[in-house]
Amino acid sequence: MKIVNTLPRAVTIKEVRVETEQVKTFVLDISVGAKPGQFVNVWIPGLDEKPFSVAMDNGSELHLAIAAVGPFSNKMHELKAGDRVGVRGPFGTRFTCKEGEHLAFLAGGYGAAPLYFFAHEAVAKACTVEFIVGARRKDLLLFTDRIEKLFSTSSALRSSLHVATNDGSAGHKGFNTEVLEEIVGKEKISCIYTVGPEIMMFKAMKLAQAKGIDAQISVERYMKCGFGICGNCCVDGLGVPTCIEGPVMPLKKVLKLRDFGSYHRDKLGKKIAF
Amino acid sequence: MADLSVEFCGIKFKNPLVLASGILGVTADSMANVVRCGAGGVTSKSLWPYEHMGHPNPVIITSEHWMLNAVGIPDAGPEKAREEIARFREVCDAPFIANIVGGVMDDYAQIASEVATMHPDMVEVNISCPNVEDELGKPMACSIGKSAEVTRLVKERLREAGSEKIPVVVKLSPNVEDIVSIASSVLDAGADGITAINSVGPGMVIDIDFARPVLANKVGGLTGPAIKPLSVKYVYDIYKAKKCPIIGTGGVTTGRDAIEMMMAGAGLVGVGSAVWLHGPEVFGKIAEEMNEWCDANGVKKISSLIGKAHENR
Repeated sequence: MKIVNTLPRAVTIKEVRVETEQVKTFVLDISVGAKPGQFVNVWIPGLDEKPFSVAMDNGSELHLAIAAVGPFSNKMHELKAGDRVGVRGPFGTRFTCKEGEHLAFLAGGYGAAPLYFFAHEAVAKACTVEFIVGARRKDLLLFTDRIEKLFSTSSALRSSLHVATNDGSAGHKGFNTEVLEEIVGKEKISCIYTVGPEIMMFKAMKLAQAKGIDAQISVERYMKCGFGICGNCCVDGLGVPTCIEGPVMPLKKVLKLRDFGSYHRDKLGKKIAF
Repeated sequence: MADLSVEFCGIKFKNPLVLASGILGVTADSMANVVRCGAGGVTSKSLWPYEHMGHPNPVIITSEHWMLNAVGIPDAGPEKAREEIARFREVCDAPFIANIVGGVMDDYAQIASEVATMHPDMVEVNISCPNVEDELGKPMACSIGKSAEVTRLVKERLREAGSEKIPVVVKLSPNVEDIVSIASSVLDAGADGITAINSVGPGMVIDIDFARPVLANKVGGLTGPAIKPLSVKYVYDIYKAKKCPIIGTGGVTTGRDAIEMMMAGAGLVGVGSAVWLHGPEVFGKIAEEMNEWCDANGVKKISSLIGKAHENR
């Protein structure tokens, strides 16, 4: 559905959950009908507005898992239950799957949040999910408890959580892409879904291409408006805005991008190498 | 099948629809995509002679009838512009209009010298953004004297660089007392044509829950379907007085809108905010609708409609 009215809505924060030392989940008292992979723009009046991928929209609440990495997200982390923010969206494309498929999810950093949201849908569609979460060390792993809980439900017993940490403090010592490689070597995976650092997603793309597996990749670029006007988030090769034709792009589209895995652009449109 | 091609300031366009400055236009590939979607030509975002920061978010808000923006003309400077224009030339053969801007008079001279060597098909001079302010005032250089001075400076710098053949159009603001006098002054100063109009206002939207303006810049330029009666009127007035080449811009979203703008006097039609309603595919949609209207009304060449409304007084 085409959104023509893009004015923000004032939304109350119901609850703030501390996930890791970097990440908090903000439970907002609204449903915007967001689907897994989509994003919303969050406005802190007087400061700025930034896009955030949706960690959950359950029909009554909107969850956003936000890492404190800059002035805006640091300010977010100071907000408490009862405070209000502006919300616009949902914007962008979503993850999709068919009934009964065997899927691999590759999450780096905060990427576990939108993929956890999608895991609910995948499990409800009787898919088997190999959910790989990576982080630098154990205490930075995001949502692993919740993923295990979801996979302990009777309909999801075939699904598994896999963990990788750089320092080996939990799960596989090394990169989560190594775990993915092992899994696609063993199992007949029909699609790889990935959210996280672009270098990680680039490796997943190469693997998918080499193995002839489909993939859905969350391509992230510097977004301003969120609805395809300002042009700041356009990807080279296709020239399309990622806020409209992304963030989630199928493998065949990502393969046509000239910048993917190589560079992105800052808020002035200048190329920045990864 | 009507002939939609037009010649504007000596440059051939496959159809009269050009991407208006400020929409998409950050990268060569995004402008090439707009051409693939059906545009006859493209206009870059305003190019500065140096890095220029835009405003913080929110920068654009929309409703059913209008768009309000204060992006603040962010730009990475001439080095990036040179690379993107060269790339556009590699991947696309549609005409490229380089829109240039400055905060002070010397900026226009500097950026004109820079773009002269980037070989755009045309230069469009932005003297009318309602959202940035410097010593040229707000809207920028929109007095009769300053607008002529900017035009002379740009023409002079193009001439010095051996690029005097690149046509120069000046993009005017509707937020002035007398747009026709300003059009006259820039044409007398050597401009080859006029772009009319830049965004209207500025306007403001207040969020009543937060009790504050939504745009970080508080105010922004109004565009979209709501302003079309204004843009048509200003194009009509300028054409009536000057019979000059005009890029008519403001609120065009359909083939009928584009034809209306041409009948007012536009030789090219700028399309911008319509991308928000229909995506870049809007260019192909408008071109198709123009073609259908021409076929249904026995119009063989779209260029025959330029200024048509002036024949019926």
